[in-house]
Amino acid sequence: MNAALRQALSPARCPSGGLRVHIEGEPCVLRCSGALWVLNHRTLIAADLHLEKGSAFAARGQMLPPYDSRATLDRLEAEIEALQPAAVVLLGDSFHDAASVGRMAADDKARLDRLAAGREWIWLEGNHDIAALAGAMDDLVGEVVETMSFGSLRLIHEPQPGVQPGEIAGHLHPAARVAAHGRGVRRPCFVTDGRRAVLPAFGAFTGGLDVRDPAIAGLFAEPPMVAALGRDRVHALAWEMLR
Amino acid sequence: MTPPPAPATLSPLFADWFARRGWSPRRHQLEMIAAAEAGSHALLVAPTGGGKTLAGFLPSLVELAERGPRPAFGPGSGVHTLYLSPLKALTTDVERNLMTPIREIGLNIHVESRTGDTKQSKKARQREFPPDILLTTPEQLALFCAWDGARDYFADLKCVVLDEVHAIWSGKRGDLLSLGLGRLQQFAPAMRRVALSATVDDPEMIAGWLKPGLDDSVTIVRGDPSAPPVVDVLVSEGKVPWAGHTGQHAIPEVYEALKRSGMTLIFVNTRWQAEFVFQSLWAINEDDLPIALHHGSLAAEQRRKVEAAMARGDLRAVVCTSTLDLGIDWGDVDLVIQLAAPKGASRLVQRIGRANHRLDEPSRALMVPASRFEMLECQAAREAVAENAFDWEPVHTGTLDTLAQHVMGCACSEPFALDDLYTEITGCGPYRGLTYEAFEEVVDLVATGGYALRTYERFARIVRTQDGKWKVRNAQTAQRHRMNVGTIVAAATLNVRIASRRGGASKQLIGGRKVGEAEENYFEQMSPGDTFVFAGQVWAFQGINGMDALVTHAQDRDPKIPSWGGSKFPMSTSLASRVRAMIQDRDHWRVLPPDVQEWLELQEARSVIPDAETLLVETFPRGSRHFLVAYPFEGGLAHATLCMLLTRRLDRLGVGPLGFVCTDYSLAIWSIKPLIDKNGDGLDLGALFEPDMLGDDLESWLAESFMMKRTFRNCALISGLIEKRQPGNEKTGRQVTFSTDLIYDVLRRHQPDHLLLKTARADAAAGLLDVARLGQLLERIRGQIKHVPLERPSPFCVPVLVQIGRERVGGGQAAEMILDASAYGFDEETLIAEVMADAPPELAGAE
Repeated sequence: MNAALRQALSPARCPSGGLRVHIEGEPCVLRCSGALWVLNHRTLIAADLHLEKGSAFAARGQMLPPYDSRATLDRLEAEIEALQPAAVVLLGDSFHDAASVGRMAADDKARLDRLAAGREWIWLEGNHDIAALAGAMDDLVGEVVETMSFGSLRLIHEPQPGVQPGEIAGHLHPAARVAAHGRGVRRPCFVTDGRRAVLPAFGAFTGGLDVRDPAIAGLFAEPPMVAALGRDRVHALAWEMLR
Repeated sequence: MTPPPAPATLSPLFADWFARRGWSPRRHQLEMIAAAEAGSHALLVAPTGGGKTLAGFLPSLVELAERGPRPAFGPGSGVHTLYLSPLKALTTDVERNLMTPIREIGLNIHVESRTGDTKQSKKARQREFPPDILLTTPEQLALFCAWDGARDYFADLKCVVLDEVHAIWSGKRGDLLSLGLGRLQQFAPAMRRVALSATVDDPEMIAGWLKPGLDDSVTIVRGDPSAPPVVDVLVSEGKVPWAGHTGQHAIPEVYEALKRSGMTLIFVNTRWQAEFVFQSLWAINEDDLPIALHHGSLAAEQRRKVEAAMARGDLRAVVCTSTLDLGIDWGDVDLVIQLAAPKGASRLVQRIGRANHRLDEPSRALMVPASRFEMLECQAAREAVAENAFDWEPVHTGTLDTLAQHVMGCACSEPFALDDLYTEITGCGPYRGLTYEAFEEVVDLVATGGYALRTYERFARIVRTQDGKWKVRNAQTAQRHRMNVGTIVAAATLNVRIASRRGGASKQLIGGRKVGEAEENYFEQMSPGDTFVFAGQVWAFQGINGMDALVTHAQDRDPKIPSWGGSKFPMSTSLASRVRAMIQDRDHWRVLPPDVQEWLELQEARSVIPDAETLLVETFPRGSRHFLVAYPFEGGLAHATLCMLLTRRLDRLGVGPLGFVCTDYSLAIWSIKPLIDKNGDGLDLGALFEPDMLGDDLESWLAESFMMKRTFRNCALISGLIEKRQPGNEKTGRQVTFSTDLIYDVLRRHQPDHLLLKTARADAAAGLLDVARLGQLLERIRGQIKHVPLERPSPFCVPVLVQIGRERVGGGQAAEMILDASAYGFDEETLIAEVMADAPPELAGAE
């Protein structure tokens, strides 16, 4: 990692396996789950949950397992248990399509309500779920907003072009690939240069876009740090190692 | 099994034609006609070149000749005979052969062929105006079963001819084929099944698979055996290399053999080897002999050109893989060279059968072993061939993902009653043991994915009708199924295309002419600019665009990326036991070249010669690592699985295993701490190799492994749970729209007993991991382990240790070991020098 990057981020390993960094000076932890933990504000941020993606495909004839929402909520619940956040922000595309809320199993719906109890619960509008959120205002616990800011951070679903200090965004589902010994490993990852960050997709069935794609790489003037999600560690990868 | 009936006599029409050609009808051809007249199903087992294909068709030609002109509609207006063969090329060739008697005798028979490549208009015409004889592939049969109106179309079917059945019957393609035959039998109960096979160890097994039901029978007709082939083993300059699997050292002598013969087929085991040998031969091709290359990854166009050139007699040699294994009539081959060990006597015989189609003269074959262990394997194969001893196939149970695809097809064709379909399916060979519960699970998988969480009922792909039958939900769903039918999936492949740059602002690379296909994971390790060999040329990789891997011609001749894969096929069990027996029989050593004999003697002096029933385990230190080398001779797949399991055990015992490598003959594991110390204290080898490692250890490793995920992906695609192609998306994007790995992980956690997980696990155990074979090994060696602690590597272990320097190593700390390896010298020369130091003078020639 070059000196400028290291200076901006000042990364450090956490006991949980995550990576502590500074984004626009704000201390954050890049968690193994793919969520972002903003320490001083006790806020947990997770992007692109795409709940009910499985059932969306089933409706179109491809019977993906109906357990994706459950699996995603399992992981979210584990983070909430571990961190006891004061606020949880879902960074957009929380639902796969307009009818997702209606397709959710009753258990999963109830779990959402339970998790939201006793804390601030914020749904940021994404592109997939604007309709879903609009239609479910009465059904869902929590607030629906387009963007939000706190500390030096500005939360939005889709990253904006140009220099955007403090921007925390999702939408792009960044993923990184490394190869060795004739085999490749591809993982979702955080992408950040200490000034702005793009979060990996949190959902169980979400695919990924290679970080070297212009849509992601183009957000940064210099090669950023790529932090790939391992089993129990977040791995900081050098840009040159990517395949 | 019914004995073959007395051979019939040929009608004058046909007898005359034979006479005009200067032939007399062979006994087995007449027996096949007799079987047809008796209305029996028949299996013809005969070596290549025995007039097998004609024997398959003759009864149908005779019947059709007697029928006279075809009625325009009503009984007899549909397809009379369906001919199925596994390879696309075969159908074009057979059509040619079939047209000859039809034309020369002047028969009024309409023959058509149909594959995935056939034009839409032609396909439509075939549906409208069925031919008398339809030549096609098993994949097309799967499609026919899903046709709306299939029952009517095939109501007239009198006969199905399955060619090269030995190559297809055992496995998923055979399962789907068997189910398809069952369907056809339903539509046309009087249909006769005729199968043509190369010589196999046990024809009864194929007959059992072929027959329509448990109580039916199949007449087995045997062709005359061919003259035993003359098989030589080439020992290059009297020396056999210590290690390796390319046969590189013998290329000049192979070239000399080419010069002396008219046309030669050079068989290798992998596409990579084919490319490599092709390049090597051309590098020394001073006489400018026309030498061609043929393997499965080349573009179809390229393969056709080579095949046509062969038939014309324009080629002196073809370097090829198993794609040329099947019985195509490609002209006069005088010599078959098997480069590197054949892995199985049956494969060797089938390949030798390619040379010299005149049955009464012996075929000539030359084996070229690439290493000393391969020398033993070649010798064993040669003896097996002389004794007519073939490899046997393990019993195969019908797979459930394949069944799911078939059930969906049936629903698309017409509504079915559960009980009726169950009866139909359990008549089919591989599915006779299918329980009703398993069948219901499969139907549930087809309908809603087979999930315990019942939220998908309203999306079901198949639904109950008013009278309780099952049918496809709607036309759209049926259309989607038909687009994906017959897909028995291999590794995901990319098209290799020559790149050109699209003009304009984007300057994006697009793919042009297609050179061939190669596995996706081959390109995953490459960066733009990396060079590799393919289709006989050196290319530079430029990038991947959707389903295309883009390449450009490379200037430098030295490819940087080592080409992919080791041997795909492990040595067969029968060959392995022969090799084990040969090693321990000192009298037998005399037939081996002097340097190999001396190598064996040096092994005896330094360590021990393993006897056939014992597992030899040598341990020694080298550098700062400790090695364990074992010699099970059970093939690379079983060894790799064994290594993974042993490594886990050693890890738990705190030994700190770093990595492993293996070959078909031996395996090596190395670690930080000594595995067994000089006093024999430390690890109990018996406990280390306990068969119970195939329980929890195997399960938990298997569940995590990437191999398992690949297998699961295949099952998901085959079963129709995931669709490879969707309407409108045929040509764009990667094969599957999302990663099946994600599905696998979620399913494992939330429904671990899901049908596809069980199916994938069974597949992985059988195919990739050879668990059954490993189990047999562990049982066999129980209490029979011979441990020899050594101070330094033995002669026997050089081949497997050399792998460390060359190939991918397995194990967690692989990167570390690679660095280590460069430090401690795992190249062949260093190892040999170490082993040969202080060798007794009479054995010094072993080098």
